Amino acid sequence: MIEKVIISGFGGQGVLSAGRILAYCGMLENRSVSCLPSYGPEMRGGTANCHVIVSDKAIGSPVLNNATSLIVMNNPSLEKFEKVVETGGLIIMDSSLVNNIPNRDDISLYSIPATKTAFDMGNITFANIILLGKLISATGIVLKENFEKALYKILPEKKHNLIPQEMEALEYGFNYSAE
Amino acid sequence: MATVVKKPHALADIPMHYCPGCTHGIVHRIIAEVIDELDIEGKTIGISPVGCSYNNYDYFNCDMVQAAHGRAPAVGTGIKRANPENVVFTYQGDGDLAAIGTGEIIHAATRGEKLTTIFVNNAIYGMTAGQMAPTTLMNQVTSTSPYGRVAENHGFPLKVCELLSTIEGAVFIERASVHDIKGIINTKKAIKKAFKVQMSNKGFAIVEVLSSCPTNWGMSPAKALEWIREKMIDFYPLGNFKGENMEV
Amino acid sequence: MGEKFLMKGNEVIAEAALRAGCRFYFGYPITPQTEIAHYLAKKMPEVGGTFLQAESETAAINMVYGAASAGVRVMTSSSSPGISLKQEGISFIACAELPAVIVNIVRCGPGLGGILPAQCDYFQAVKGGGHGDYKMVVLAPYSIQELYELTVDAFNISDKYRTITMIMGEGILGQMMETVEFKDVENNIHIEKPWATTGTGMKREKNIITSIYIKPEVLEEHNRKLQAKYKEIEKNEIRVESYNCEDADVIVAAFGTVARIISNVIPMAQKEGIKVGLIRPISLWPFPVKEFEKYAHVPKAFLTVELNAGQMLEDVRLAVNGKKPVHFHGRMGGMIPDEAEILEEIKKITRS
Repeated sequence: MIEKVIISGFGGQGVLSAGRILAYCGMLENRSVSCLPSYGPEMRGGTANCHVIVSDKAIGSPVLNNATSLIVMNNPSLEKFEKVVETGGLIIMDSSLVNNIPNRDDISLYSIPATKTAFDMGNITFANIILLGKLISATGIVLKENFEKALYKILPEKKHNLIPQEMEALEYGFNYSAE
Repeated sequence: MATVVKKPHALADIPMHYCPGCTHGIVHRIIAEVIDELDIEGKTIGISPVGCSYNNYDYFNCDMVQAAHGRAPAVGTGIKRANPENVVFTYQGDGDLAAIGTGEIIHAATRGEKLTTIFVNNAIYGMTAGQMAPTTLMNQVTSTSPYGRVAENHGFPLKVCELLSTIEGAVFIERASVHDIKGIINTKKAIKKAFKVQMSNKGFAIVEVLSSCPTNWGMSPAKALEWIREKMIDFYPLGNFKGENMEV
Repeated sequence: MGEKFLMKGNEVIAEAALRAGCRFYFGYPITPQTEIAHYLAKKMPEVGGTFLQAESETAAINMVYGAASAGVRVMTSSSSPGISLKQEGISFIACAELPAVIVNIVRCGPGLGGILPAQCDYFQAVKGGGHGDYKMVVLAPYSIQELYELTVDAFNISDKYRTITMIMGEGILGQMMETVEFKDVENNIHIEKPWATTGTGMKREKNIITSIYIKPEVLEEHNRKLQAKYKEIEKNEIRVESYNCEDADVIVAAFGTVARIISNVIPMAQKEGIKVGLIRPISLWPFPVKEFEKYAHVPKAFLTVELNAGQMLEDVRLAVNGKKPVHFHGRMGGMIPDEAEILEEIKKITRS
């Protein structure tokens, strides 16, 4: 398997940390992983994205020209990346902030009010986790159990008390369906 | 017969290449005497500059490192940070320290590096044949100010001790001169103290030594010493700027 | 298997330096390599080392000169314009034969340029950006794991030959995260440095570190000594990887992260019936000339792909020595070629 994921949004929405957690989960499953954050001048303009690859084989280029999955957390990101999603791939968008609709009929679309839900759950910064939950259930890119392990490894100890709540957010996204 | 004077151990027993009447040799001897008196030759590292004294690594018997033009304080920082038990001195001229190496000297002082800098100011570039230095006096004729130094074109001479006096990390600052016996005695006192300041980890120490360059000034050695007394000291007043009463 | 970590390239460089026993770092901030400084500013005090933010690149490289004179393992890092400022010091260090490790996480130039990935400092690194007849070992890793291993190696090479070793990577390499295993630094050699200026202790003759030799006979002799050392390095320190070259229609030459893009292109070309080989110089100097000689008879032509206007191209051409055409495809300014456009270049060659 090879999963090529682009996560994109505004700086501060946890785009880079989502990419890092995802790559970390892949590492726990002994896969090859790469996570390339955008670091160019566009960061100053407020948008941020990262390219994550999780693969059974050695990873070639860490730069993604096309993706199997796209997570978007603002309109400009959708506009920029919707065309790079491969046929049969998926787009997961935070419908609290993205009101445009992708112009694609050859992909699966998941629209989740992640920011609003995270806010209602008491921590707006978990929106990225909710979206990752959907990515995991829709693609099986990594195992849900490993997500918790990854959080314990990545987060500084003083933030470990937040992990149960983060897992709740993940669970919400994992089980979300529009119906 | 009793020995009343001998060559300091820290000074190599070879002829120096300096011009007749040049005072570099005096300053070298003073440094070597101080190294002997403090018994630190075995742990001292000297840093040679670019300029007439570029090869004074041949003249001192301690370990020596030759630095790029103006960079001696940075090189000294590297050496001292690597081996803090060493005593490190830089030997720099006015072009080296006050022109191309302005950044390095100011920031070594700012960091309070435990270094001792001997700054030889003869108001001219010697080695490259008499060009204007940052410390060249007003109206002084040099090969690149052939009509004399004028403010509109060349700006004003730089007073290094006064400049560094505003910096907290520079804890010992003194200007001395080797134009006469009294000056030489005072220069030695200042240099000795500057070494002791380093050895007691107080901070950055610098001694500016007004020095002669008869060749490029176009004067006899005797006239050159007079010129220091009459012209240079007038503009660059001698004395301590900082740390005179510091216990070391 | 040891523990795996997910880390940014820049942090891995810093960690590798610490594991190689480097306790002295002097640098000046410049993007995109600042994480090296951040990491070491935090870690050096924990291990009793020195992290010092210098007032300029010029000062930083001269602090490296000083610390290397004192016999310790020392590193500085910067990005292209900063490396330009260091060239004076680099030339002095090379002449004075001091061991030092310099990292260049390359920006796209010329001038202040941009911070996106580029390989436009190849000439500066391998042909001597500073003055005089000197060389430095230049290593170009293509993955985070290799970045770790080569950085450790860089300290050993530097000590062994009393030379500068440069780690040169594109911005991507510094910024991306991959899995890294910090394999034991078993081959970490310890070399005595009796030449270092640490004080005579009144027990030995004085040591002098210098790069000035006024007498022409002496300076020529010193140059001959340097050149002999470079020959020795050329003999022992070539690092190269080649893949699929035995019966290739086209052999691509690429280094750093570009080689990874080529590894994606190879199976794509295979599907279209084109056999593509890859020669990846890891040591850019010494350049793996023999590897190109070995395969020069095989392909229809060579294609060099770089993130510049064609720099390694010249070395590939010299190595292939007219036996086959050497084509070039490059992108500049931080642009990265995608697999499709490289495949198109390859097809152009096979069609012609």
